Amino acid sequence: MDGMSLLTITVLAIFVGFEVVSKVSSTLHTPLMSGANAIHGIILVGAIIVAGQAAEPLILAVALLAVVLATANLVGGFVVTDRMLHMFHGRKETGRKDAAATEDGK
Amino acid sequence: MTLLDPVWTSLLYLAAAVFFILALRGLSSPRTARRGNLIGAFGALVGVVTVFLSSRLDNVPWIIGAIAVGSAVAAPVARRVKMTQMPQLVALFNGVGGGAAALVALLELGHTEDPWVRVAVVFTLLVGAVSFAGSGVTFAKLQELMTTRPVVFPGLPVVMAVVLLAAVGTAVAVVLTGALPLAVLLMALGLAAGVLLVLPVGGADVPIVISLLNAFTGLAVAASGVVLGNVLLVVAGTLVGASGTILTRAMAAAMGRSVAGILFGAFRGGSTAGSTALSERPVRSSSAEDVAVLLGYAQRVIIVPGYGLAVAQGQHTAAELALALEARGIEVDFAIHPVAGRMPGHMNVLLAEANVPYESLKEMGEINSKFRTADVALVVGANDVVNPAAKTSSGSPIYGMPILEVSAARQVIFLKRSMRPGFAGIENELLYEPQTSLLFGDAKDSLAKVLGAVKAL
Repeated sequence: MDGMSLLTITVLAIFVGFEVVSKVSSTLHTPLMSGANAIHGIILVGAIIVAGQAAEPLILAVALLAVVLATANLVGGFVVTDRMLHMFHGRKETGRKDAAATEDGK
Repeated sequence: MTLLDPVWTSLLYLAAAVFFILALRGLSSPRTARRGNLIGAFGALVGVVTVFLSSRLDNVPWIIGAIAVGSAVAAPVARRVKMTQMPQLVALFNGVGGGAAALVALLELGHTEDPWVRVAVVFTLLVGAVSFAGSGVTFAKLQELMTTRPVVFPGLPVVMAVVLLAAVGTAVAVVLTGALPLAVLLMALGLAAGVLLVLPVGGADVPIVISLLNAFTGLAVAASGVVLGNVLLVVAGTLVGASGTILTRAMAAAMGRSVAGILFGAFRGGSTAGSTALSERPVRSSSAEDVAVLLGYAQRVIIVPGYGLAVAQGQHTAAELALALEARGIEVDFAIHPVAGRMPGHMNVLLAEANVPYESLKEMGEINSKFRTADVALVVGANDVVNPAAKTSSGSPIYGMPILEVSAARQVIFLKRSMRPGFAGIENELLYEPQTSLLFGDAKDSLAKVLGAVKAL
């Protein structure tokens, strides 16, 4: 891909990035940060490409380290965000009485 | 031989990028947040499968093994970590992502002669390394492996300036020569800069730094996308860089700080570290029974939960106490400071975990005017977010941070472990006020005792 196209895409992505999160309540700051954190774990794609081209053992070792780190970022990021958001689930339907019932049921 | 031709590859990367945009959008609203995150995970899966099907890859068994190792380490940790320790885990995941981006750029350096691509390489190396080392220090601070206070030493600004100048010089040399040893040196300088950047940041500001480093990693990933000519990395990295920047500013605004002030405040010598000495001044300490009487015969009670509540895992007991008080016809609200806990929105997550309904969680702007009509403000394991020093003492590290105005309530009760100052390390004058009483002990134990006493009224 040529430089101009990449530049165009980058500039448009900056604006999209600004727009999608511009009106988020502080309630969701933590999950949003964590979710965005998981998304940049997609560097795994880059790590895979580099590892797939590696010819020497040392280079392969460094590339595989990058794969491990990127996977940890990607998988861990999405799992921990999901856990966080799971706790927000259904609170509108669950009144305080239901909450008490589940507490007692434990 | 590859299974996908370039057109299909581009289309699938485009689809993955759209999934990421939808994910961020979904994460911005409570109703759609969880689905948004799953869409993001699906987008990541599409991206990873596409790279396997579209590129000529050697070493595939090794790569799959490495992915298995990474997943096997990260998934159980992410699943088991206590919600109170979640901020440092996010910092850790962010750091390893930055590290991965830097390593990718390092290995790609030998494959290019183009000076512009080399510029992208040095950017990724430097920013990725800063993010890796900075996140490491952030993790150590939040995990309390090291002091949570700002670490400053004479000559820190000079050291930082020297490191940055050396980094710029090395970066130029790498672009001109493409020499690998110089690139390794640049990475080392980036690591040093990351450590120096975060060391002087005070405890209460650390969460904002996580968000900032998150944006940094996004930018590093975008630059590595330029290096590899991979559109998905460019789009995903830029999205995170842009949204992370906005989010960092929103968080800083919620604390009444500027991002520059947080990063460079200690360099300018503007913030003074608080004293660790325990005060000998008298305070009014109280028993669980006294507290129960104050609460049980009040009309309006506002509970101010803080990190201490979360550490003691007392959220459920606090929710039960609120329930018991409401059963007596008392109006109970939870006042949530934007940075209660250790990260903006952290306390909302913890109380949602304890099934406290969303409607009784009041944000600061909404609740602050109501303290005047409250009979009792019950502060559980919070300190800095109710410390009047933020308004009155201009030398204080938390000066300028908006606080919950608990002192306006008729009675203030603190449940505290000890007289030790809060995360920011400064004393709270409110503890010595005549309307204040203190109940010492672990937040959960104290709440359980108060709950028992309220039920016995």
